Amino acid sequence: MSILADLPISLIVLCSGLGLVLIGLWGMLTQRNMIRMIVGFSLTDTGVHMVMVSIGYVTGGTAPIINDAVPMADAVNRVVDPVPSALVLTAIVIGLGVTAVMLSYAVRIYKARKTLMIDECTESKW
Amino acid sequence: MIEQNLSLLLVVIPLLAAPVTAMLPAGRLPWLLTLIVSWTCLVIAGWQLSVVIDGSVISYELGGWAPPWGIEYRIDAMNAFVALILSGIAAITLPYALRTVEKDIPRHQTSLFYAVFLLCLVGLLGIAQTGDVFNLFVFLEISSLSSYVLIAMGEQRRALTSAFQYLIMGTIGATFLLIGIGLVYAETGTLNMVDLNLRLQPILDHRTVHTGFAFIVVGIALKLALFPLHLWLPNAYKYAPSVVSVFLAATATKVAVYIMLRMVFGVFSNDFVRITPTDQMFLLLGIFGVILASVTAIYQTDVKRLLAYSSVAQVSYMVLGMGLASVLGITATLVHVFNHALIKGALFMACGALVYRVGSSQFENLNGLGRQMPWTFSAIFIAGLSLIGIPGTAGFISKWYFMLAALEQQSWLIALVILLGSLLAVVYMWKIVEVMFLRPASDNVASVKEAPVSLLIPMWVLVIANIYFGFYTELTVNVADSAARLLGVAAYHE
Repeated sequence: MSILADLPISLIVLCSGLGLVLIGLWGMLTQRNMIRMIVGFSLTDTGVHMVMVSIGYVTGGTAPIINDAVPMADAVNRVVDPVPSALVLTAIVIGLGVTAVMLSYAVRIYKARKTLMIDECTESKW
Repeated sequence: MIEQNLSLLLVVIPLLAAPVTAMLPAGRLPWLLTLIVSWTCLVIAGWQLSVVIDGSVISYELGGWAPPWGIEYRIDAMNAFVALILSGIAAITLPYALRTVEKDIPRHQTSLFYAVFLLCLVGLLGIAQTGDVFNLFVFLEISSLSSYVLIAMGEQRRALTSAFQYLIMGTIGATFLLIGIGLVYAETGTLNMVDLNLRLQPILDHRTVHTGFAFIVVGIALKLALFPLHLWLPNAYKYAPSVVSVFLAATATKVAVYIMLRMVFGVFSNDFVRITPTDQMFLLLGIFGVILASVTAIYQTDVKRLLAYSSVAQVSYMVLGMGLASVLGITATLVHVFNHALIKGALFMACGALVYRVGSSQFENLNGLGRQMPWTFSAIFIAGLSLIGIPGTAGFISKWYFMLAALEQQSWLIALVILLGSLLAVVYMWKIVEVMFLRPASDNVASVKEAPVSLLIPMWVLVIANIYFGFYTELTVNVADSAARLLGVAAYHE
């Protein structure tokens, strides 16, 4: 327990983020059920966001607002890097769009074929 | 003054036009607006190229935030060249679009179709314009999402399934690119391409940089349809509406080639390519891609799928050029990006004309059609010659430069593969000629007429461009050469 407590929080977030990426990738590549593929994508996407947030995190850091509490000279060491958070906000919006498109395809394919299984390519892949 | 803003206008004009198009009443009005916008873009892109062709750089700071903090649009010869190809293809595709879209897309969806088409153009042009890696990811997603939608608008039911498969593969690619960008940011703390390049040089041996590089390259390779990650492409091109096949075949993979060049040589560096096995990997995948994709093309029974596999093979040529990692190799790649856009644009337009008249691109429905549709058939024939690389066509120029680049390094194997790829192209193009011209006409084609003039004119403009750029190579070769030098690629030394 003490080992875990000594680990910087950003490392824990980074590792679990990468773990989520792998689980999601496995889901997207091996599942044939469209909903499960979409769930896999969501996991991957969340994992990537966690990895990116952990990159900018500074243990014990504060919000990136330069005022009396955080003087300019000290800012580099004490504030959390705001850029990854901004990137992740953008990436979340993009992920929402991608998920919405995926789900709408799933709905349309389901309406047309009455199944959620994406068939193994009926035509030869070669 | 306006020259500073050209780079932004090229992205903003189609972006603003897209929602307007979506709100217009269905019919010809959305088409007209899209046509005007794409022609405007072509003018701006040409102007932009004329400004930077002497080696100068246009730098535009979005919102007045100075780079490397703000997003910078940085236009050098390569960006301007790619932007010109994109807007040129869009401008020539739209006159072609009018009749085929009326046939392929339900009337009430036409405004939406053209709006999504414009968004796709925005994404592709944005990729070409931006100097910021995260901005590049955003534009990549804009163009990808809209191309998934465009493909799914195909009338056959399988269009949706192939769009879904493309969506899954493309999303994995984009996610990898995002992880890679995140890792590189963790090491450098910057997203600006020029700044990244400077800050990466002292730390090229760091593990994180290598991991980020691997994620970025695999992510782009999925978009590029680099062998063996190409399996989404044939179905996506086959089931897409004709005009979408034309536009995507001529632009989407070319833009991915541009991203690969920019990231590998512009952001990382020629040194990095040489200290890692990147160049060998490109050469290996390129060799397998050229040969296997061409052989696969021979066994296709559908013109669209045949051309799609041929696209995979031609993209592999470009990857070969990157693997040679010399000024000549990159020049050959960029020249081929231009010429292949002309070739595949013409071929897919001809294929779309066949589908327009016959309703199918399967070989068994096209028997003897060459005599009924002589203009379409001769377009296929001439563009096919260009694809093979017969002297006097644009395709020859690119094959010639690939040859020069390979021989400069005494790689006889690469030279042999380039020749073999051309021979295989003779075989698969001959299959189309045989079906369309030598076989007796079957009953279903007896009453088929030549394609409408509005389809023939754009097709023949591209065919004539294929011949023109086979003789007048100043534009393509000079621009490609100065772009390759601007990338900081060193000339090859023994």
